Amino acid sequence: MLHVTDVSITFNEGTPDEKKALQDINLELQEGDFVTVIGSNGAGKSTLMNVISGNLIPDIGEVVISDEKVTMLPEFKRSQFIGRVFQDPMAGTAPSMTIEENLALAYSRIRKRKLIPGVNKQRKAEFRDHLSTLKLGLEDRLNAKVGLLSGGERQALSLLMATFTNPNILLLDEHTAALDPSRAELITNLTKEVVEEYGLTTLMVTHNMQQALDLGNRLIMMDKGQIILDIRGEQKQKLTIEDLLKEFQRIRGQQFESDRAVLG
Amino acid sequence: MLYALFGAVESGIIYAIMALGVYLTFRVLDFPDLTVDGSFVTGAGVAAISIVNGVSPIVATLLAIAAGFLAGCVTGLLHTKGKINALLSGILMMIALYSINLRIMGRPNVSLNNQDTIFSQLREVWPVGIDEFLGGMFTAVGSRAPATWVIVFFMIIVTLGIKFLADYFLKTEVGLALRATGDNQRMIRSFSANTDNLIILGVGISNALVALAGALIAQLGGFADASMGIGMIVIGLASVIIGEALFGKRTIMITTLAVVCGAVIYRIVVTIALRVDFLDAGDMKMITAFIVMLALVAPRIMQAQKDKKRRLQKRAALEQVREGA
Repeated sequence: MLHVTDVSITFNEGTPDEKKALQDINLELQEGDFVTVIGSNGAGKSTLMNVISGNLIPDIGEVVISDEKVTMLPEFKRSQFIGRVFQDPMAGTAPSMTIEENLALAYSRIRKRKLIPGVNKQRKAEFRDHLSTLKLGLEDRLNAKVGLLSGGERQALSLLMATFTNPNILLLDEHTAALDPSRAELITNLTKEVVEEYGLTTLMVTHNMQQALDLGNRLIMMDKGQIILDIRGEQKQKLTIEDLLKEFQRIRGQQFESDRAVLG
Repeated sequence: MLYALFGAVESGIIYAIMALGVYLTFRVLDFPDLTVDGSFVTGAGVAAISIVNGVSPIVATLLAIAAGFLAGCVTGLLHTKGKINALLSGILMMIALYSINLRIMGRPNVSLNNQDTIFSQLREVWPVGIDEFLGGMFTAVGSRAPATWVIVFFMIIVTLGIKFLADYFLKTEVGLALRATGDNQRMIRSFSANTDNLIILGVGISNALVALAGALIAQLGGFADASMGIGMIVIGLASVIIGEALFGKRTIMITTLAVVCGAVIYRIVVTIALRVDFLDAGDMKMITAFIVMLALVAPRIMQAQKDKKRRLQKRAALEQVREGA
């Protein structure tokens, strides 16, 4: 489904600020894989996401989605394959447009946009059905401007918009990090439901170790632009935070530097 | 007075087309496009020189629309592909258009005296009876009667037609993507929209409308002039702001109607202002600037006053309850 092969990217090459953001990354996701990605700040998680989504073009290496080489495709073309939810709840929706208009925007992700109305009766009914799965009552507020929704509601809507058109790959970029604990839990549960329902191939970056353990069938840990740990299946089910920290120390021979990861 | 107001409505309804164009860039795309000052003259110039050279007024007007669209597309290209700041790409295009317009017209001023225009052709098929009947109401209150009503009626139909077309377009899949581009570019890119092309298209359409207004104003006034576009962007902006302040912007349909009304009201206000003894035609730009300032500042002051009053009332109510207890 997703193949990342020998991808490297260096920022500010040849200057004192040079940073090898990704070094020889190889990652392969099978259809239906739900992979959680952890790692301290600067480990390269977001860079990896951006390379896959097309925000960044890698120096070397290839990205292949569903047998199609997309390494050089601009972001908007690659979006046909990718559903994406950002960390910032404000980032995934258009605030001055209504809920139904936002859903119509998402609806056109996999179709050519035409000069026909974006919202019609049939689509409206479809949108309502999808919204009701969120159980937030948004199905009764189709004409409300999205800017009026709370952060949690907006993030739930973003998640729905990214997924209801059944993307080949779902990218979740710390999408619960900016929410309060109860809202974060709601979004986490919704994520679980929706990924299961559609069998989505998912890559989720998180700072929350517990979340990384609870969700998905595979876990990778990144550090200094490399994948240093890749645990899947049964092995992952048995994994604890203790194990992760020990493993990290064993590999890197140093204290886990990010307080945030430990506290999470 | 009534006669002057009639003239204000007549040209206001034409300027409303330009205001809709400005609304499209400033509000929908969030792109402060200053090309307008140039593309307005481009529209006027292309139409005038075409008519003088024997092209039928309708075709001349269509040519003007195409020229405006092209000018807008270049501004969009400068911004998206050239990565030039939005304001600067508009300014660059505006200044370049000044020379281009002179080239198009061949001289600074093209007169349409004794030439066929869209309006003169319409007058030929317009029944005189209507003018006499409606004009009678003007003479009855002691005012000069306007020469013809055909322009006002025709322009109301054209402008409202464009308004409804814009309403429809902004609700289509492409239109929604265009609005989202002005609202949250990062988000709409992640939903397969080519934001560069949408910006180029949007700025193009906007300037096509501006050029259409220019072409019609030239045919109404009987001339095109290289400097007739100066301050046009501020007039467009004034119309948008006045309209939104007076009629609100709850939905697209309300906002576009507000913009059209804003353009007419602006003309009326300027006409009334110019009748004040110590102001003359040269003061028009200053009056325009002042109207925009007022329309921007007044709603804020009014809201602040309202909030202050509300707080004072709440405090007073609380005091009373406390005293009672």
